Amino acid sequence: MALLEIINMTHFFGGLRAVHDYNLSVEPGQVRGLIGPNGAGKTTIFNLITGIYRPSQGTILLDGQGIVGRQPYQIAAQGLGRTFQDLRLWRHMTVLEHVKLARYSKLSYGLIGAFFGTPKRHAEEAATEKRAYELLEMMQIAHLSDQLVTNLPYGAQRRVEMARALATEPKILFLDEPTAGMNPEELIQMMAIIRRVRDDLGLAIFLIEHRLKMVMELCDIIQTLVFGEVIAEGTPEEIQNDPDVIEAYLGKEVVV
Amino acid sequence: MNEIKDAALAAENGRNKESIGLRGKLQGIPLIAWLIGILAAAVLEHTFGKILAAALDMEKIPVLFGLTVILKEPVMIPKAAIYGVLIYGIPIFTVAWIFRIRSAGNLLAENLLKLPLIIPTLIHLGIFYAALHIWSDLSAYRVLTVKLTLIAVMMTLSLNVINGYMGEFSCSHPGFMALGAYAASAFTVGLFADDRLFGAAVLPEVLGPYLFPAGLVIGGFTAAIGALVIAIPSFRTRGDYLAIISLAFLFIVKSLLENLEVVGGPRGMSSQPDYANLPTVFTWCVLCVWIINNFVRSILGKALNAVRDDETAADAMTINTRRTKMIAFMFGAFWAGVAGGLFAHVLRYVNPATFGIQKLAEVLAMVYFGGLNSVYGSIVGAVSLSMLSEALRPLEIFKWIIIPLLLILVMIFRPTGLISFTEFDPRRIMGPKNRKEGEV
Repeated sequence: MALLEIINMTHFFGGLRAVHDYNLSVEPGQVRGLIGPNGAGKTTIFNLITGIYRPSQGTILLDGQGIVGRQPYQIAAQGLGRTFQDLRLWRHMTVLEHVKLARYSKLSYGLIGAFFGTPKRHAEEAATEKRAYELLEMMQIAHLSDQLVTNLPYGAQRRVEMARALATEPKILFLDEPTAGMNPEELIQMMAIIRRVRDDLGLAIFLIEHRLKMVMELCDIIQTLVFGEVIAEGTPEEIQNDPDVIEAYLGKEVVV
Repeated sequence: MNEIKDAALAAENGRNKESIGLRGKLQGIPLIAWLIGILAAAVLEHTFGKILAAALDMEKIPVLFGLTVILKEPVMIPKAAIYGVLIYGIPIFTVAWIFRIRSAGNLLAENLLKLPLIIPTLIHLGIFYAALHIWSDLSAYRVLTVKLTLIAVMMTLSLNVINGYMGEFSCSHPGFMALGAYAASAFTVGLFADDRLFGAAVLPEVLGPYLFPAGLVIGGFTAAIGALVIAIPSFRTRGDYLAIISLAFLFIVKSLLENLEVVGGPRGMSSQPDYANLPTVFTWCVLCVWIINNFVRSILGKALNAVRDDETAADAMTINTRRTKMIAFMFGAFWAGVAGGLFAHVLRYVNPATFGIQKLAEVLAMVYFGGLNSVYGSIVGAVSLSMLSEALRPLEIFKWIIIPLLLILVMIFRPTGLISFTEFDPRRIMGPKNRKEGEV
């Protein structure tokens, strides 16, 4: 059974049909890509699946359970981690606090523990901190753990976001343009990180990306979205040679 | 990475250079030495204060460090200054300086911290309380000021949880205080006092002080229920709704109390038993600071900051944002209710007019003056503004020019308050202040 299965998802913003009959099936360990011109509805699809919007029609199954109508935090706790296109970090918090906080749903000490500082709380928070450091090591930013995120260079901020998403213990990771605004060097590092996440943690990854080089190298299967509709789905080679995709990106040749 | 290290080293060096001056030497003295110094000054004043005041030809000892006196009669400035230096200045600095010899103070602090944290905490608090008790023992006015200041600390800190840590703007804090004050008063007056509103006492008076905490907790929960009423509609969405709804709530509470004859209407309620003595208020204040500090330093409490800084991201990181906001709001209201209960029993009289816009302005000023998102800042803000407001009393109406002016200055130079976004770590505060220079 597929890890994430979306059947005929459609969404309207008022009278505008933003997404039309979208289907997706992601197997564990697979890397899926979603490409398309600006305004095609890629981020809307992410927001629909992660629960920020509720789809007008359609079914979404995560691990066989329907998640339409659930709150974003419930869907996240069920194993759907994500990063954001416009870095959404908490500006007054340190790197370590970011990663610790993402383990919120794994804590069980409750309010009594928080108010009175019970031994259970200290044990759980120590374990959380240890796990957070492991993730920071993996992202090679452990030495920045007590820095405020706003003081970090852009590439490091992206890594913090990645570490934070991984701390929620996802089964599938949604990456919304993980390399937006990166220089070529940072891009290569980010690709290495994504590969490592897939290989070491065995996660399925679903990514939106503009840089074709990255999508072509990383993804197993790519979908091309235009005006909320998937016009092509296939391996990188198939997508590269698909006439519809070429038309969507470059326009049609007009015979004069 | 090396750049960061270099920058840190440079900063460290800069700090060391600074600390060579007198200020640096004073900074090398741990908290416990200062507390013992303050205790010594308090004892000294208790013993010789009256004699010295008589010798300086003052009517009585200067109550609030002489500020009140010199504002009334500027001629008294030199006398008040001499008194201040002899009674407070010299003893405190001498004792603190003695603890610098062979780093005795730092060694003491270091060894104390090797014990479980509760023991050094209690020792520090004990010394501080002793000093406070002896200092305030000299006049009833001082006792009242100290009690009201401690209550202001509770109010400020609990409002900071909502306005600072959670980043929502709540205006209903005096309303919660009123709910707590009335509920706790109804509890104690109804059970333990003969009163025109509630009739004769139900339980023997001896039990009163033991059940007083229950009354305060009931007051706290009443306020928390009031908070729930606001929280349900206003936390569905984000924005300025809370500010408007909570302001409305403040007025509803006030006019409700004014029109409820059961609790005395506009004349209010009196004959609360005298349960809120200094140790009781102090203990509750410490409890409040301790629990709130525990909460905001836990991951559950940090979730508030996440909600404030980016709610969508908080949601995506498995944080139940709505529940987090409701809990924090009710938690803040609970402590406002407890503070209200104490307030009613300190004044032993309570009426609706107390809990109006003026009270709101006071608490908000303390929060924003002291610093957002900071336990330390709230304590500083509440203490400094309540002391200042007492000390400037002789200036009458001009007081309300000076205090707002001060607030404006703070907002210009430190937009988030004096001491904002800092963590209140008991270990660091009580710990030894070892610096390279200090160890020599």
